[in-house]
Amino acid sequence: MKQFLGFIKKEFYHIFRDRRSLFILFGMPIAQILLFGFAITNEINNVDIAVIDLSKDATTKEIIQKIAASKYFTINQFLDRDADIETAFQKGKIKAVLHFEKDFSRKLIKENNANLQIITDATDPNTANTVTNYITSILQNYQQEQNKDVQVSYQIIPQTRMVYNPELKSVYMFVPGVMTIILMLVSAMMTSISITREKELGTMEILLVSPLKPVLVIVGKVVPYIFLSVINAIVIVALSIFIFKMPVQGSLFLLGVESVLFIITSLALGILISTISSTQQTAMMISLIGLMLPTILLSGFIFPITSMPLPLQIISNIIPARWFIVILKGIMLKGVGLSFLWKETVILVVMAIFFLVLSVKKYKIRLA
Amino acid sequence: MLPIIFVLPLLQLIILSNAATYEVQNIKFSYIDNDHSSTSRALIEKFEASAYFDVLEVFPSQKQADAAMLQGEVDVVLEIPNHFERDLQKKKAGNLSVTINAIDGAAAGVENVYINQIVQRFNKDIRTDLVQLTDKQSQLINITTIPSFWYNQTLNYKTFMVPGILVLLVTMITLFLAGMNIVREKEIGTLEQINVTPIKKHQFIIGKLFPFWVIGLSLLTIGLIIAKIIFNVPILGSLGLMYAYTSVYILVILGMGLFISNFTDTQQQAMFIAWFFVVIFILMSGLFTPIESMPQWAQIVTEFNPIKYFVEVMRMVMLKGSTFTDMLPQFSKTLLYAFIMNVLAVWSYKKTNG
Repeated sequence: MKQFLGFIKKEFYHIFRDRRSLFILFGMPIAQILLFGFAITNEINNVDIAVIDLSKDATTKEIIQKIAASKYFTINQFLDRDADIETAFQKGKIKAVLHFEKDFSRKLIKENNANLQIITDATDPNTANTVTNYITSILQNYQQEQNKDVQVSYQIIPQTRMVYNPELKSVYMFVPGVMTIILMLVSAMMTSISITREKELGTMEILLVSPLKPVLVIVGKVVPYIFLSVINAIVIVALSIFIFKMPVQGSLFLLGVESVLFIITSLALGILISTISSTQQTAMMISLIGLMLPTILLSGFIFPITSMPLPLQIISNIIPARWFIVILKGIMLKGVGLSFLWKETVILVVMAIFFLVLSVKKYKIRLA
Repeated sequence: MLPIIFVLPLLQLIILSNAATYEVQNIKFSYIDNDHSSTSRALIEKFEASAYFDVLEVFPSQKQADAAMLQGEVDVVLEIPNHFERDLQKKKAGNLSVTINAIDGAAAGVENVYINQIVQRFNKDIRTDLVQLTDKQSQLINITTIPSFWYNQTLNYKTFMVPGILVLLVTMITLFLAGMNIVREKEIGTLEQINVTPIKKHQFIIGKLFPFWVIGLSLLTIGLIIAKIIFNVPILGSLGLMYAYTSVYILVILGMGLFISNFTDTQQQAMFIAWFFVVIFILMSGLFTPIESMPQWAQIVTEFNPIKYFVEVMRMVMLKGSTFTDMLPQFSKTLLYAFIMNVLAVWSYKKTNG
C-alpha cells in the first residue's frame, strides 16, 4: 500500500511539475465556457442584407424600414440590377437580397397583391432558411397592421411558453457539452497518452518488474487524472452557475456522482486505447479521431440527434457522451432525479464495466 | 500510422458530414385536445401533414404532458382549450397554448416559427372556408413572398458542412503531426544527435515539415474526391485557386506546429497546447455557428483566426465559384500570417541547448 501511495505521489509530481500543461488543463475549460457564454451562439442576428427596390415608393420604404429596425437584419447596401446579386454573394458578406417588383405599391392597392422576392445565399442552408422565415413573419405583421381596418376574420393566436430555458440562451445548451468534452479530454486522451508514454520511453518495462502489481501501476497512473477531472467539473459548474446564472434545479450530489461515473467510463476508454497503441502519436490520433470528434459531433452537443440519418442515430447510442449530456441537461435544467435518469445511468455503468473488463483483458503484463 | 493518418479522417468526413445538420426535423409533437371539435381535429391534421412534426400521442391532461416533457419524450406540446371552436365562431378569436422544450434555444426558435406558420395557414383556411367573402374582405392586401435559395436550392446541409469538415481534418492532422513530430525527437533524445550534425537550421526545419505539407495537400485531394463522388458537392470555382490557397494555409499551420514544439518538452504537452488552440480556433471559425451573430469584440478576434479564412475560402470557391479577386482579403491575410508564423518559429528554434 505504501508503495502504491508513493507511486501515486510520483504521478502527481509528474503532472504538477509540468506547469504549461497544468495551466492549459485549467485554462481550457474556463476559456471554452467563456467563449460559449459570451461569443458563440447559433442564433441568427445582424445578418447583412441588400435591397433591390425597383418601385421606390412609400410602401417599399416602410417595409424596408421595418426590416432594418429588427435586430436580425442590417441593410448593408442597395443594388440596382439583378446582375449585381451574384457579385454581392460572391464577395461573401451579403446573405440575402430583397427584391421588390416594379410598381409594388400600385399593384398592392389596385390588385391587392404584390410580389416580393427573397433571394438568399443558401450555401449556409440554416441561415438561408431562418432569414426567409424571419422576413416572412415581419411581412405578415406588416400586413396585419395594414389590414386592421378591413379585417373581420378569424384569428387563432398561439401563446408560446418556452420551458427550461425561457430566454433561449444558447449557453444552457453548450455548458453540458463543454463539460462532457473537457472530461473526455482529460480522462480519456490524457490517460491514454500518459500510459503510452511509459511504453514508448521504455519505462513501462521498469514499472512492470517493480514489486507493484501491474493493475496497481495502471490505477496509480489513473488516479491523478480522476482528481483533475473532478476539479475541472467543479470549475465548470461553478462558472456556469455564477457567471451565466445557469440554474442547477436538481441535486448537486447526483450531478457529482454521475460526473464521476462518466469520468470512470472515459478513463476505461483511455486505458483501452493505451493497450492497443505503442506510440504516443498513435494513441493521440486514435483518441482524437475515434473519440473526440464523435463526442463533439454525434453526442447531440451541437447538432440535434433526431435530425441525423437513422444509421448515425443508432451509432450515437454507443457514445457515452450522448447519455451523459442527457443526464446533465436533466439535472441542471429540468431538475429531474434518478427516477427519470435511471436508464441513462445504467447505460453508463454498463459501458464503464464493459470497457474496464475489455482493457484488463487486453492489458499485457509482458511487453513483446 | 499511415492508415490512421489517411483512412480515419476520411471515414470521419463521410460519417460526420451526415451528422452535422442544424435542420430541425422530426420534432416530437404531442397535444392535449380539450375541445374535441372538428376544428381542433382539423388543426391537428395540419400538424400531422407537416414534414417537420412527428405527431406522437394525445395526452389527457397537462400533467401527463409535463411528465413526458421531463422525460424528454416530447419537445412540443400543443394545448387546445375548452370551447375552442365555440369561441372561434363567437368571438372570431381563439387561443392556443404551446409549450416548447427550449434547452436548445435555436431549435426552439425554429420550432416556434414552424408552429406559427401552420397556425397562420390554418387561420387563412378557415377564413375562406367559413366566411363568405364580402367586398370588404376581398380588399385585404396581400404581399406574396417568393423565396429563392441560390447555390443550394434543396437546402442540403451536407453541401455546406463537407467543405467545413474537410478544413477541420486537414488542419487538425497537419497541426498535430507537425507539432508532435519534433517534440518526439526531443523526448526520445534523437534531436540532440541531429543538432550536432552540420545540417543548417532551415534545412532541418524544411526537411521536417515538408512531408506534412504533402500529407496536408493529399488529404485535401482525397477529401475533394470524396466530396464530389459521395456527397455530390458542386465544385464551381477553380481547383487551382483552392490548391494555391491551401498550400499557403498549411504553411501557417506547420509554422504554428513548429512554434508549439519549440516551447514544449513532451508530446503530451505539445498535443495539449495544440488542442487548446485548435478548439478555440474551430469554435471561432464560423464552421458550426455564424460569425456575424457574435458580438463585435468576438468578430474582431476572429480576424486572427486562420481557420476562419480557410473555411470561408473553401465554401466560397467550392459552392459559389468566387474568384481570386473575391478572396483577395483572405489570401493576403493568410500569406501574411504564414510569413509571421514561420519567422517566429524559425527564430525560436534553437540548435543548442540551454
